[in-house]
Amino acid sequence: MYGRGLRALSISTVVAVAAALTLVFFYAPLEAEQGFLQKIFYLHVPLAIISLCGFVVGGVFAIAYLRTRDSRWDLRSYVTIHMSLIFALATLITGSIWAKGSWGHWWVWSEPTLVSFLIVFLLYATYQPLRFSIEDPERQARYASVFAITAGAFVPANFIAVRLSTQYLHPRVLGSTSNLPGPMALTFLVALGAWTLLFVTLCKYELTAKHARFQLRALRRRLAGEQSRPAPRRRSAAPEPGAGPAKLGARVAGGGASS
Amino acid sequence: MSAQRESHAPGLAVPALPVAEAQAPAVPLWTAVGALLRKELRVELRTLESVPGMSLFALSTFVVFHFALNRTSVEGDLATGVLWVTLLFAALLGVNRLFVADAEEGGLDGFLMAPVDRTALLVAKQLTLLCYLVVLELVAVPAFALLLSVPFAHALPDLLLVLLLADLGIAVVGTLVAALAVQTRARDLLGPLLGLPLLVPVVIGAARATSPLLVAGHSGGPGARWLAMLALYDLIFGLIAYAVFDFLLED
Amino acid sequence: MAAVEVEQLARHYGEREALAGVSLSLAEGQTLAVLGPNGAGKTTLLRILASLLRPHAGDVRVLGERLPEDSWRVRGRVGLLAHEPMLYRSLSAEENLRFHARLHGVGPERVTELLAALSLSERAREPLRTYSRGMVQRVAIARTVLHEPELLLLDEPYANLDPAALELVAPMIGAQSGRTRVLCSHDPAGALAEADVVLGLRGGLVAVQGAAAEVSVAELEDLYR
Repeated sequence: MYGRGLRALSISTVVAVAAALTLVFFYAPLEAEQGFLQKIFYLHVPLAIISLCGFVVGGVFAIAYLRTRDSRWDLRSYVTIHMSLIFALATLITGSIWAKGSWGHWWVWSEPTLVSFLIVFLLYATYQPLRFSIEDPERQARYASVFAITAGAFVPANFIAVRLSTQYLHPRVLGSTSNLPGPMALTFLVALGAWTLLFVTLCKYELTAKHARFQLRALRRRLAGEQSRPAPRRRSAAPEPGAGPAKLGARVAGGGASS
Repeated sequence: MSAQRESHAPGLAVPALPVAEAQAPAVPLWTAVGALLRKELRVELRTLESVPGMSLFALSTFVVFHFALNRTSVEGDLATGVLWVTLLFAALLGVNRLFVADAEEGGLDGFLMAPVDRTALLVAKQLTLLCYLVVLELVAVPAFALLLSVPFAHALPDLLLVLLLADLGIAVVGTLVAALAVQTRARDLLGPLLGLPLLVPVVIGAARATSPLLVAGHSGGPGARWLAMLALYDLIFGLIAYAVFDFLLED
Repeated sequence: MAAVEVEQLARHYGEREALAGVSLSLAEGQTLAVLGPNGAGKTTLLRILASLLRPHAGDVRVLGERLPEDSWRVRGRVGLLAHEPMLYRSLSAEENLRFHARLHGVGPERVTELLAALSLSERAREPLRTYSRGMVQRVAIARTVLHEPELLLLDEPYANLDPAALELVAPMIGAQSGRTRVLCSHDPAGALAEADVVLGLRGGLVAVQGAAAEVSVAELEDLYR
């Protein structure tokens, strides 16, 4: 179920990223003030937008889990948040590089987006430790979902709060996308699309990998005998797809394995 | 989500057994909140596990600030920073302990089996934390004025308003964080780690509102936009806590 | 109508099955004894019946209501006596019981009545941490029957009780109370004597099941080997 469409996605991602990079380096004009470094804008801003949306979507998946108790939603929530955290870290790094290049400092408190990102990053960095420190898998999924919903609602609230409190030295970069000249706007949109595809593809890879690993483990157990205890494995913060042994048995048996 | 919420509907039960009272009478929400709150405060009065610790911590922190900043008096932004950082960290101490007594003494099961809306527990714990914060501030704020010679006597009503709104936010989010953290193995660490980022908007609103008040000769109230921001935060997270709390209780 | 009806109940903990394929039926006024080694699933079963845990598969009906959908209708009609006493050690017996009484809409006179019946009135105002284990157990029993539940779920209720105390609690939670009871025990002979129906669990599965008259002590003792 998870592996479907992976190849098509990967190919379109590679194509989109290639297109975006081409546009960024050969088509988009050099910006007068900031020069070549400004091109990091086509990476930094889309990363920011995608990771924020990813966090909120992770919260939505968590709501779906709490309503349906289907652990596949929990897995989706986990993967989305995990990937958004990585993209958020990338946002912070690219933002820092950009700040150093433009304003001479590795960190600027005057850029509210960057500051909000730091806070959101610190919050979501606790997601995996939270999951890891709850042993009961069902409770882990439930508590992680509550966290994802609360944190997802927090993201917009935090952004507004930080924006209100910051005095900016420079015109807002994010707000200025509407004033972008044609070629820059086009490049930006293509880049946004490309990185979004990348995000989705990476998420799908992770989902597929986890699901495959779990099915493999279940198969091994069935081969070893119904009543045998599962071999102790390294604990991880990631959830287990599949609601439990009974459901899994049906799925595996449906593949034709003799029981 | 409404399918998951467990609430009363006393009139709907069909008597299953031919006895006078087929269903235990539903206990009203505020009776339950009252009973829970009394129990919480009584346990705290007997064990003194939270409030004295929080207050002492605040006092010690002011002393540390005196040495760290090398000042005998502070005002304006500096005073605001010292006050809110101290109050926040003292509050987190209380948050850490909020559900510990229940987790250790198995007290929640008794509540979970009672014919009571589970929201009562959320409200009672929030009110408990709010009480702790109020007592903390009754000790810490005068101490703050004394130890660090902060001028605010003239702005006291405004300061109280800011404290109240901020306390509500800390109580709401703190209870949620406490409930999340208590079931984990690293609860003392995860409480602050979860709570601090979530409470940043409260710090922003409270600090921006307090700062002009802590300047000698100040006139005019705290910025209305900051008070509005605090109130909005309290409302949003109050609603979220109400929506998700039940999921933390069930098994 | 049966007081408790369970059909193919299952509950898992991650990949491990805590209970699987458990079915039973208990009529009103009867006693079910549940036996088995530690980790067999006795406590899990009890907590599911108490509506504290959700079943992961199967049907569970307690007092005619389905769990977990209608668990709110069962609250206040079931009394659970678990391993932990569910009491606050820093509060007194009277304070603990009054607190529970308020949560169940029961008046304070009932608390006084129970304390007297269990010979706890003298020390009712002292904090629970000064009590012996037998006394704490008595207070826990008082808490269990405070709200006159229709179904009693008892996890080793007679632990820590001396013969005098056993006599005091018998009319409340013993066979002569006439209440429907589910009783977990490690004592095959004692349990058989009190029970109408017996269930033996091992590893989450049903190993022994039947009317008390038809099950032998030897069969139950086998569970522990």
